[in-house]
Amino acid sequence: MATTQEWKFTAKEIAEKPDLFLPGHRACAGCGPANALRMIMKATRGPTIVTEATGCMEVVSSIYPYTSWAVPWLHTAFETSAANASGIDAALRILKQKGKLQEHVDVIAIAGDGGTFDIGLQALSGAVERGHDFLFVLYDNEGYMNTGIQRSGGTPMGAATTTTPAGSVMPGKLQHKKPIADIMVAHNMEYVASATPYYWKDMLQKVRKGLEVEGPAFLHVFAPCPRGWRSESAKSIEYEKLAVESCVFPLYEVVNGQYTLSTPSKLISLAPQKKRPVTDYLKGQGRYRHLFNPKNKYVLDEIQRWTDERWTILLKKAEQNA
Amino acid sequence: MSSKDKGWKEIAPAGVTPKSSVGFMTGDWKTYMPVRDLEKCTTCMMCVLYCPEGCIRWRPEMGKIEIDLSFCKGCGICANECPTKAITMKLPEKEE
Ligand SMILES: Cc1ncc(C[n+]2csc(CCOP(=O)(O)OP(=O)(O)O)c2C)c(N)n1
Ligand code: SF4
Ligand code: SF4
Ligand code: SF4
Repeated sequence: MATTQEWKFTAKEIAEKPDLFLPGHRACAGCGPANALRMIMKATRGPTIVTEATGCMEVVSSIYPYTSWAVPWLHTAFETSAANASGIDAALRILKQKGKLQEHVDVIAIAGDGGTFDIGLQALSGAVERGHDFLFVLYDNEGYMNTGIQRSGGTPMGAATTTTPAGSVMPGKLQHKKPIADIMVAHNMEYVASATPYYWKDMLQKVRKGLEVEGPAFLHVFAPCPRGWRSESAKSIEYEKLAVESCVFPLYEVVNGQYTLSTPSKLISLAPQKKRPVTDYLKGQGRYRHLFNPKNKYVLDEIQRWTDERWTILLKKAEQNA
Repeated sequence: MSSKDKGWKEIAPAGVTPKSSVGFMTGDWKTYMPVRDLEKCTTCMMCVLYCPEGCIRWRPEMGKIEIDLSFCKGCGICANECPTKAITMKLPEKEE
């Protein structure tokens, strides 16, 4: 499909592109998702409508009477960002059929991990099954942050949240993260990918590819929350890099079911000695502090084991399609 | 629905937030502020891309970056990510 704007993203070009997610939003200092959305919006190719489920990024960007969105933007209930995107797509189709709209309009649905892994999953599954034309951006800060840091299906094992507090009863969350991207791949959709802003070029190319797909596309964006992770605000971007280097959050694309590793993860697969231990990523984050107490070492070991296992499975999937 | 109820065309479509947040200065949140050493800056743009507030801007006509402190929340990401360590976080000497 023809692109409206050429997409050789260079740092200068992106810097010169005006912001569509504007300053003045009320996200915490060092907010990973806020940075992610600001960058993601730089990869748009023309007229774009955004719809967003309740969550931090919706709340901080729409505090009355202010909006941080320089594009048409619709807030929707917590569970329905994909349902809303379906409605927008249907409306655009009708307008085209009636000859009232000529140009193509992109639709982006945004939700946090609570609004995607858990409460928005059925709306997302339905919208994808019906084949609506939209890009779903999941910004994964690994918890229900806006309502006080509760655990979600995206919270990793061992993380302390207000509903999985670390103490004598449990060492943080007991379950591993839900494999949301694989669940989306199982929908036989054309485009599923993982991304994180530290690797900005990779992320912007994936956003553009997702928009170019005629049908549903899904982008899983890893975005640290210094508030909920009890981490230093200056380190949000650094944790994105460490998550990829430790294979806690590998970067890949799945086009029509074919898995391919993206360059940063591909390099680790080619030089396995570069893969960092998960502790390099976990240490420094207050939500994992208790794991460094010797009595919880078994949780650290389990996180490493699970990370390695997931990485091996991913390598196999990518190899089969190499 | 009784015949007295309003039809969907008469009901307000939604709540609207009419003003751009560019009118809401978040710069008074900060404790530390970023200070640049222009000599060390290679205009690589990393701080421009990584600032969650979008308050570091590239000015092509001047060939340099500018930090709009009226939105800066003092998170320190720009200083942490600058490859040449051209940005340091400092406490303002007196009231800005
Ligand atoms: C049906 C429903 N249940 C609960 C809420 C309250 N609520 C608002 S935001 C939120 C958490 C959102 O979490 P997530 O989607 O992970 O986004 P984040 O806040 O982390 O950015 C909850 C539970 C709601 N708005 N609607
Ligand atoms: S709580 Fe976390 S995700 Fe929400 S605005 Fe603050 S830093 Fe961002
Ligand atoms: S990151 Fe550092 S070197 Fe790069 S543009 Fe910013 S201040 Fe200059
Ligand atoms: S300290 Fe944070 S908010 Fe301020 S300019 Fe640097 S990155 Fe932006």
